[in-house]
Amino acid sequence: MAKNGVPIVRFENIHKSFGSFKAVDGVSLDVPNNSFFALLGPSGCGKTTLLRMLAGFEHPTSGRILIDGEDMAGVPPNRRPVNMVFQSYAVFPHMNVRENVGYGLKVSGVPRSEIEPRVEEAIEMVKLGPFADRKPDKLSGGQRQRVALARALVKKPKLLLLDEPLSALDKKLREDMQLELVRLQQEVGISFVIVTHDQDEALSMADLIAVMNKGKVLQVAPPWDLYEEPNCRFVADFIGEMNLFESRMISAENGQARLDVKGVGLVDVPWDYPATTDVALAVRPEKMRLYREEPELGWVRLPGKVAQVAYFGDNSQVFVETEQTGRVAVLRYNQSRSREEPYRAGTQCWVAFEPSDGIVLTD
Amino acid sequence: MRRPIGPLEFTRRTWVRLWLLVVFVFLYAPIVVLVAFSFNQSRRNIVWTGFTTDWYGRALNNASLIEAFVNSIVIALISTVFSVIIGGLLALGLYRFRFPGKPVLDGASALPIVIPEICMGVALLVFYARVGWPTGLPWPLNLSSVIIGHIVFSFPFVAVVVRARMEGFDRSLEEASKDLGASEWQTFWNVTLPYMKTGLIAGALLAMTLSLDDFVITFFTSGPDTITFPVKIYSMVRQSVTPEVNAASTILILFTVALTIIALRLQKPSEGIG
Repeated sequence: MAKNGVPIVRFENIHKSFGSFKAVDGVSLDVPNNSFFALLGPSGCGKTTLLRMLAGFEHPTSGRILIDGEDMAGVPPNRRPVNMVFQSYAVFPHMNVRENVGYGLKVSGVPRSEIEPRVEEAIEMVKLGPFADRKPDKLSGGQRQRVALARALVKKPKLLLLDEPLSALDKKLREDMQLELVRLQQEVGISFVIVTHDQDEALSMADLIAVMNKGKVLQVAPPWDLYEEPNCRFVADFIGEMNLFESRMISAENGQARLDVKGVGLVDVPWDYPATTDVALAVRPEKMRLYREEPELGWVRLPGKVAQVAYFGDNSQVFVETEQTGRVAVLRYNQSRSREEPYRAGTQCWVAFEPSDGIVLTD
Repeated sequence: MRRPIGPLEFTRRTWVRLWLLVVFVFLYAPIVVLVAFSFNQSRRNIVWTGFTTDWYGRALNNASLIEAFVNSIVIALISTVFSVIIGGLLALGLYRFRFPGKPVLDGASALPIVIPEICMGVALLVFYARVGWPTGLPWPLNLSSVIIGHIVFSFPFVAVVVRARMEGFDRSLEEASKDLGASEWQTFWNVTLPYMKTGLIAGALLAMTLSLDDFVITFFTSGPDTITFPVKIYSMVRQSVTPEVNAASTILILFTVALTIIALRLQKPSEGIG
């Protein structure tokens, strides 16, 4: 069992270079006990390298990694209290499901009498009972994934690592597996660290997400905070869609800041921090509204013309070319079955948003 | 109505069929004649006088022929074992590690495949004479010079086959094994070796076939009392080509064809692996 009060993983100022390429550039990070933790970022941002360092397949160029309070320097992968689910699943092709799941216990010298019940329990946990005697080539991608999960969890690790585990599955199966992984994490009560480039996956599964770019951790926050209060342009743009308006801060006092938004004019927004100069006002597409006529609101209003509509079934992304600030994305929920879509390409319209729904980004 | 011939239906064109027939006759007529005349009653290989299996009996009762056959089998078995070990390790090393001079080693290790056998035979002969390799040792040690020669030209074939197999290997299987608590050795034994297995078996059968019917290198490296099967047949033919030679050759053909078929079968991606 994990020790109380100690984070299950602590990265202390980790650097990792491959030749002249800095894969990880000064990461300090704690993964709390019993959490579902996501490392999110575009490919090449260093998230997989961090995960592989936890497993022991890569070694930091400098810095310390503590797992459950113990320094992992010099500890080989087979002696670490962690197990990993690989992106390719890496299910042993010449062993059936039962042998795959029992492999880790067998090579660790667990007595035979103990192996069998533990293997059966793990197979039940991932609902592979009817397939226990099959070889991997007779299993679907989703089932192989379950074998990889059972094989890792049967070793009762202190930490489960998942490297892009859902990227090879189709959309429907991926959504089922997301729910399944969350259920498993709650059931076994250990921390899961998942690497993903899919923001929806991270938002829907994780309790805590670390967004990475170019080897650095930009923000560590729960999903809501990450989405509604991103701390920089990269995070704002990487998580979901975002409209960015370049602005200058003119004054800041009494929890309010006055911005001069380029092409729009003066806007007052909530602001609790010291005054700065160059900022961006960021507004999510679903916080924007469309109107046929100029609305009589105290909101920011921008006239424009619909340039393009992307239809997704449940909603549509409407791109409006505004006269003052260029292209703006607006999300419209398709709440009616009417074929009479009021906003088609070429329609004159107004875009409006409440200033307090905007986020002020300083960098 | 006949369906028109499609662009890729080559075997439906008459001239292609004829060409195929000619090719097959060219390739297999000599062998068919050889096998047919092993059942000929006449001592001479020219006129068919009647069917008999006597020559097979004669061949199997010829003590020096049997001795040569046993020599060949022993040489093939021992050289195959060593070729598989050396070739397998070479393939694994080349697959696994990056080191300076790797392309050189890679190329050099395939050299015995392309060097003309006659050159290899002469080279080995000169080498054994130069180092004063002992002769007149008791059986089977007196076969050592031939065995070494056979290992030299067959292990690169094993290495080529095993490397081709390893190209499809997912390295994360090894990582998964270690992640699950296995040591390097346990990983090799439980994960890597089972994957290599089909390549190793196919390579072994290839090495065995090559060794069994090798004439040139054996001719240069064998002493007077270490006759192998192909060399023995050659000496019999020099006197006269009797149906006994045909019978003995037919037996060897059957043996090598069987081994080759097994080798090809094993090279196919079999179920459950790959």
